[in-house]
Amino acid sequence: MLKNPFLKQLMGSFMDLAPIFVVVLIFQILIVRQPIPNIGSVISGTIFVILGLTFFIQGLEQSLFPIGESLAYAFARKGSLFWLLTFAFCLGFGAAVAEPGLISVVEKAANIVGKSKLIEQTDAAKTSYALGLRLTVALSIGLAIVVGVLRIIKGWPVYYPVLLAYLCIATMTPFVPVEIIGIAYDSGVVATSSITAPLLTVIGVGLATSIKGRHPLADGFGLIVLASLMSTIFVMVYGMST
Amino acid sequence: MNDWLLHFSLKLLETGQNILPVVIVIIGFQLLVIRKPLAHPKKTISGFMYLLLGIVFLLEGLDLALFPLGNLMALQLTTPDFLGVSSLDKVVSWKDYFWVYIFAASLGFSSALAEPSLRAVSLKAEQISGGTIRSWGLRLSVAIGVSLALALGALRIVMGLELYLFIISSYILVLVQTRFAPKLIIGLAYDSGGITTSMVTVPLVSSLGMGLASAIPGRNPLLDGFGLLALASIVPMIIVMGYAQIAHWLNKSRLSSNS
Repeated sequence: MLKNPFLKQLMGSFMDLAPIFVVVLIFQILIVRQPIPNIGSVISGTIFVILGLTFFIQGLEQSLFPIGESLAYAFARKGSLFWLLTFAFCLGFGAAVAEPGLISVVEKAANIVGKSKLIEQTDAAKTSYALGLRLTVALSIGLAIVVGVLRIIKGWPVYYPVLLAYLCIATMTPFVPVEIIGIAYDSGVVATSSITAPLLTVIGVGLATSIKGRHPLADGFGLIVLASLMSTIFVMVYGMST
Repeated sequence: MNDWLLHFSLKLLETGQNILPVVIVIIGFQLLVIRKPLAHPKKTISGFMYLLLGIVFLLEGLDLALFPLGNLMALQLTTPDFLGVSSLDKVVSWKDYFWVYIFAASLGFSSALAEPSLRAVSLKAEQISGGTIRSWGLRLSVAIGVSLALALGALRIVMGLELYLFIISSYILVLVQTRFAPKLIIGLAYDSGGITTSMVTVPLVSSLGMGLASAIPGRNPLLDGFGLLALASIVPMIIVMGYAQIAHWLNKSRLSSNS
């Protein structure tokens, strides 16, 4: 009994990945027409990815999803806005600050800015710039989750904060140093990755389910988009101020 | 073998560090603020272990198999030999990079389908919508969105167009669609982009961006390599809302023709 579901999941992961390999193979064989280098490591890598996908989904369903849901219900029942918002902020901040994707983007950003002489061309200046940027993004994600949770509680339409954020970004873009624009747009996307996105979904949906008068589908989503827009705004401000 | 084990445990440690803050926040609030013990402590702990192992295997596998291939192909598809132009030609027409757009689009499509976060969230969406949103329909529309985004983004890098033009016009489109799309779907559509650009897509897309920006003459990888991700998270919103609108209209016309 234990073996079967696992095999089924492995098969599911394999099917999910198949398109990537079909694309790569077709391009290599028919269009580039060159042998694939290191075929051995490609095959073992593929097996790793299939195992990884399977474990990841299993882990989400066993740990993060139920805990996130029960936390959301518990907070809604407890009725303490202060603690709920504190939790929201800590979660957003904690998820972003350690995100490996964000760390690498921030380092690249410091390099670009260092080359363009917006800051001093020393390692110390770059490191402090990168750290500042990382904390800025983490702060913005924390704040975004707070705003998003408030929205669910108050029942504001999902597009109000998004509309506001769009207006902010559109008006700020002309005043931001060119070097920063691409990074600003990408930073938010990178900061809500691996476990943050699924977790935020469960918490939003859980809150919207347990608060009277909210619809899980209509009100529960919208935390992630806000997080990524808010981070764009904050990185732009950071870029203008240094 | 020993080397590999060491490398693997280091990776495990690193990933553990990355998800530690989130785990601490969750468990901390559960125990200190909600003050209730975990419902199934054993299941939860083994779940976290699965999560950790899953992320490590995924990252390791992607590093071994997909990224080198993706990088290599971005380079191969942009060499003067492949393009059929002489390397002395300073100006290469954007049409010559035809295969690059196709490759970017197919890579985007397939990596969105493989994204585990999107799979988990779309199953959740199917569940709470009572089956009106199909998990597969959602994933397919997102995948189409990402593939369009990457093709557009590759075109932008090749032609050297300004990123914000693309972003701001997508914003306008999103806002117009928000006005007309069924109310229930808006939040999910907004989040679909952010959910997709996760573990598999982010590194794949950024290596494609950097690869293209360094291979195409006249582009600066540090400046032009960014922006693909932002596009990959906006365009799916447009496609998902479009899909919902079309499904809504079809339903309506079916209902009115029945009555």
